[in-house]
Amino acid sequence: MKVLVCISHVPDTTSKINFTSDNKEFDKAGVQFVINPYDEFGLTRAIWLQEKQGATVTVLNVGRAETEPTLRKALAIGANDAIRIDADPTDGYFVAQQIAAVAKENNYDLIIAGRESIDYNGGQVPGMLAAMLNIPFINACMGLEIEGDKASLIREIDGGKEKISASLPLVVGGQKGLVEEKDLKIPNMRGIMSARTKPLAVRPAVDADHKTSVGSFEKPAPKSAVKMIDADNVEELVSLLHNEAKVI
Amino acid sequence: MSVIVYLENWEGKFKKNTFEAAQYAAKTAEMMGTEAIGVTFGDISDDASVIGKYGLSKVINLKGGDFTEFNNYKVAAALKDVASQNGGDTYIISGTFNGKAVAPVLAIQTEAGLITNVIDMPSSTSPLTVKRSVFSSKGLVSYSTDVANRIVVFIPNSVGVTEGEGSAEMSEGSVSVGDVPQSNVTDVDRVKGKIPLPEAERVVSGGRGMKGPENWGMIEELAEVLDAGTACSKPVSDMGWRPHTEHVGQTGIAINPDLYIAIGISGAIQHLAGVSNSKTIVAINNDAEAPFFKAADYGIVGDAFDVVPKLTEAIKKFKAEN
Repeated sequence: MKVLVCISHVPDTTSKINFTSDNKEFDKAGVQFVINPYDEFGLTRAIWLQEKQGATVTVLNVGRAETEPTLRKALAIGANDAIRIDADPTDGYFVAQQIAAVAKENNYDLIIAGRESIDYNGGQVPGMLAAMLNIPFINACMGLEIEGDKASLIREIDGGKEKISASLPLVVGGQKGLVEEKDLKIPNMRGIMSARTKPLAVRPAVDADHKTSVGSFEKPAPKSAVKMIDADNVEELVSLLHNEAKVI
Repeated sequence: MSVIVYLENWEGKFKKNTFEAAQYAAKTAEMMGTEAIGVTFGDISDDASVIGKYGLSKVINLKGGDFTEFNNYKVAAALKDVASQNGGDTYIISGTFNGKAVAPVLAIQTEAGLITNVIDMPSSTSPLTVKRSVFSSKGLVSYSTDVANRIVVFIPNSVGVTEGEGSAEMSEGSVSVGDVPQSNVTDVDRVKGKIPLPEAERVVSGGRGMKGPENWGMIEELAEVLDAGTACSKPVSDMGWRPHTEHVGQTGIAINPDLYIAIGISGAIQHLAGVSNSKTIVAINNDAEAPFFKAADYGIVGDAFDVVPKLTEAIKKFKAEN
């Protein structure tokens, strides 16, 4: 079984988000980058398939050389090899085309991406990739078992979940539940040492266009100062919520 | 050109975000000087004419074996076919879990420009330009697309609905979905009697300050009097006190209700990222230094075990009097 795990290189969840002075770009200065949290669940799930069901796990990122430490971390966690497609990830369509080109060559049985990345929150790439390959796409996936060429999956839906069966190959947009938070693999010293010598292939981008363009960034308007209410006077809160905020 | 809108129903019933999608589409169509057509799937038990109050006059109902259970490829192929029968070039989809499964597939099938996570009406329809949320609500950015077909996926509850006059005509349509990748829904498990978080207008949320899952009764009681959904912080879901589906924040569900009441949640930056778009935020915490007070509109410093039951009673009293 060949598994591809798509990895986004994103600002750490605690990052303060700033934009360059012309508001045209995200300001990366001083920002720590990590594996996209949604991708981490899929990566650990893939490593379990490697450990228990003999899968080989390839990790992939579309990005410039600055993303290699993130791929090395994924190798340290246990992936067999890595691919970096040397391009700026300009939009979801562009990125999906890059990954599709690799996937068409390598015939993966299973492709796992996060349900969205925590930087642009698009949630576009996994579904586009599946459609380009014309294989099933299960988004918001919170459970995955593989037996032979059959997959049984659990998908979050509004107000609940549903069970799905499908045949491989397929694409999963993963999230918590693929594995639990406490099960997330973190690199150990042996993993970090061996990651240094694992293959990390750098490939040029294929010709591809993008379909959207980015305008100007802004920060949300700051909140006005909080109104404090005495704990013994909850009636005042009720009155404010009714008369001022008009939410009850 | 025309606007095609996916009108989702849940076991035959429409919800607020169905109406929000209808209104988004109607307003977009008005900007374009054209009409909007709704598409809904399976047997409808609600009165479809109500969709007209949100600006649509035409709803196409697609039935049959292809649509008895949700399959994102079939829905995408059907929307595409309806569009080709009606000159549709602009698709409006609410960002529910199903909407998010359909949109990227539809984007590839129609070679459309896809803009997701949208929080506002288009500022222009040629090229289509909309504002979207990025960096888990820590930033906003305008996106545009100038390709012929385009898809807008907006965040539920972000543009709101205003009921007007009008009545929609629903007719049965027929489409061809062709050969699509197969997946089968084998079981659906919906939590009964609870308001799903993405569509909740009010949300009551508990954090570690609640001390244990056995204390959630007071959260649920407050939620009940407010007709609110219940949510929790990440540590609470990680410790298994509450299910994952209640986890709101950067790596859980991002929500934007009218009212968010955070109880015993300190207000870590990752949590705020997922809830800061709420229109009104109330923080209740026994620590006056909790960062949540900086992000809240109203705050109460106090013991949740004392404040929450009192608040529930006060709201009950208010509702009885009003």
